Amino acid sequence: MSSLADNAASQRSTEGTRLVVIDAARAASWFDWRELWNYRELIWILAARDITVRYRQAVVGVAWVVLQPVAEMVVFSGLFSLLGKRPAGEAVPYTISLLCGLLLWQLFAAIVGSATSCLVDNRPLLTKVYFPRMVLPLAVCLRPLVDFGVGLVVLAGLMAWFHVAPSLALLMMPLVVLATVITALALGLWLSALNAHYRDFGYIVPFLLRIGFFVSPVIYETASLNIPTQWHLLYSLNPMSSLLESFRWSLIGTAGPEVIEVVASLVATFLVLVTGAWYFRRVERFLADRI
Amino acid sequence: MNDVALRVENLAKVFQMGHHLAYHRFTEFIENMAKNVARLPSRLMSSKPAKAKTDANLFWALDDVSFEVQRGEVFGVIGRNGAGKSTLLKLLSRITTPTRGRIEIRGRVGSLLEVGTGFHHELTGRENVFLNGAFLGMTRREIKQKFDAIVAFAEVERFLDTPVKHYSSGMYIRLAFSIAAHLEPEILIVDEVLGVGDAAFQKKSMDVMRDVARRGCTCLIVSHNLPTITNLCTRALLLRSGRLAANGPVDEVVEQYLATGLSLGGEIVWNDPATAPGYDIVRLHAVRVRHTDSLSSTADIGISQEIEIEISYWNLLDQECLSAGFTLRDHVATSVFTTSSMRPVSLTPDAWGGMPHPVGLFRSVCRIPAHTLNEGRYAITPFVGHGLTEPFARAEDVLSFNIHDTGEMRGEYFGHWPGVVRPWLPWSTEQMS
Repeated sequence: MSSLADNAASQRSTEGTRLVVIDAARAASWFDWRELWNYRELIWILAARDITVRYRQAVVGVAWVVLQPVAEMVVFSGLFSLLGKRPAGEAVPYTISLLCGLLLWQLFAAIVGSATSCLVDNRPLLTKVYFPRMVLPLAVCLRPLVDFGVGLVVLAGLMAWFHVAPSLALLMMPLVVLATVITALALGLWLSALNAHYRDFGYIVPFLLRIGFFVSPVIYETASLNIPTQWHLLYSLNPMSSLLESFRWSLIGTAGPEVIEVVASLVATFLVLVTGAWYFRRVERFLADRI
Repeated sequence: MNDVALRVENLAKVFQMGHHLAYHRFTEFIENMAKNVARLPSRLMSSKPAKAKTDANLFWALDDVSFEVQRGEVFGVIGRNGAGKSTLLKLLSRITTPTRGRIEIRGRVGSLLEVGTGFHHELTGRENVFLNGAFLGMTRREIKQKFDAIVAFAEVERFLDTPVKHYSSGMYIRLAFSIAAHLEPEILIVDEVLGVGDAAFQKKSMDVMRDVARRGCTCLIVSHNLPTITNLCTRALLLRSGRLAANGPVDEVVEQYLATGLSLGGEIVWNDPATAPGYDIVRLHAVRVRHTDSLSSTADIGISQEIEIEISYWNLLDQECLSAGFTLRDHVATSVFTTSSMRPVSLTPDAWGGMPHPVGLFRSVCRIPAHTLNEGRYAITPFVGHGLTEPFARAEDVLSFNIHDTGEMRGEYFGHWPGVVRPWLPWSTEQMS
């Protein structure tokens, strides 16, 4: 059965109406950008719903978004000051470095987490109506981004309080955020498809995220670790490690990752993204029958 | 000019039995992997090929179906439960993909596969209108233009900003239907939704469907309700066990559908109370037709013979008040009459009609007097439940029988005798001047 691929190709016919051909005998076109673009309205509506649900009561919504990173910030900075250790450089207060890490990690984890369940959660839609399934993981990216924006405001306030001024590197920050979203989405494509295919996969994801939280420089800076040189490349294969370091660099001027590390993590992200899209398309074909 | 809106060639869809129902578990996958790795050495040693998947587990929901629908045509799809209608619609609306074959669709497809297809329960009515437009790939501006017409037709103005999960089923279907009809897809696929709602709404929906067709929209309608099909459609296809059984003018296809009842020899029996039509209150056991001159069931009855229709059913819930009944339809799906064992409906008082039933198997028999029906083919839709309005167990057109004209009434006339019924009525004529 799996050897029979399907293909849904759309093109403009001569009369201007859309012609869709579904052919079980032809190889699958593995990505259809234009169709996804045609359904941008749907991405927006699904994302807007997510956002309005969270921020319907503005004060509660903002408080809820701020509470988690701030609480973690208090706990971890308290913990490390009690231990008498400082897992970060001396240039800026640890609290700020910590919050930088927590906010970017929260953005990443929220996208990965909600992308994982997006197909299963939308089962009623998937079995009743057609749309490019990739709309769903794309739509879940937007709400965490808004949450992240709210978190940035808190961070800006904290930086003003401690008189930490960003440099021109701040201009690179949106790029780092974009790269984080793409990394999370790449993983999200894999995980959502795996979760739709293997129903118990969802249980593994929070565990993986927890591990990721500690092996990535969220609550510490890479520079304060003593990583043996032969492990450096392996360490930087985790895209989040160089992304977190780049994020700190752009905001508070700590040492950024080395170029080789950035390249390694970009390559890793690209591979996950391409294979994730491929696997997602594979699962998509039989999604409605199996989910 | 090529004006085909929809072309289907050799379409087939296979399901692995049980496979599509059970969820996979990642732990099982790992376990199987481990087993395969463990077996790998022995498999490499032996030259036997890996065992192929057996065909026994495969279920062909659709097999080698080909047809074409012209632009602007209203096309019916009929067939019994499990004949592959839903699978066909799911393939055409691209929810699932075919195993074999090819589909060509010209134009935007809107589908209404069930009450509330494509509704998001948490969203308000207003948001759902936009959501559904987005499912058709429409832009916000295009949807806005239709918005007022949609809301006016659905009569939900007051509840526009209420999440649809709080809607009544009537409001739900009105909005869903209104969206599907007004967003002007070029091909509209409708499944079993025309039969819902009250009579006024049904009439409205039928008018809209005709209007949609007049605008040049191609419509594909699936329904068990044959009058809907004969009323709206010009052509139809009949599916039987996943295969195309007929394709042509709607009257001919409907007649074929009725002609090929599941029944042989005037009876249909469901032996397993777990799978018989109905659900956990009452299930049908058997429906039989015979004439009173014979003890065994027969599908061929003379026009001058009294007919007995027997419906037997299991009552599964103690003290349920039940009555049995049936609707009789002729070969073009016109309802001839509906009758029931309920007290005021039955001519003779029926001991069990509408009365509380203990758990058990029951049999109701209805007699249709001789010289009631015209010659031709009739189909029975039996039901058991609370009177006519709440049938708990119902089976659409499950049994058909023939009335043969044996000539008693005809005399010298051999032509077609018009009429749905042919009662034998007393006449008297006298000379006035």
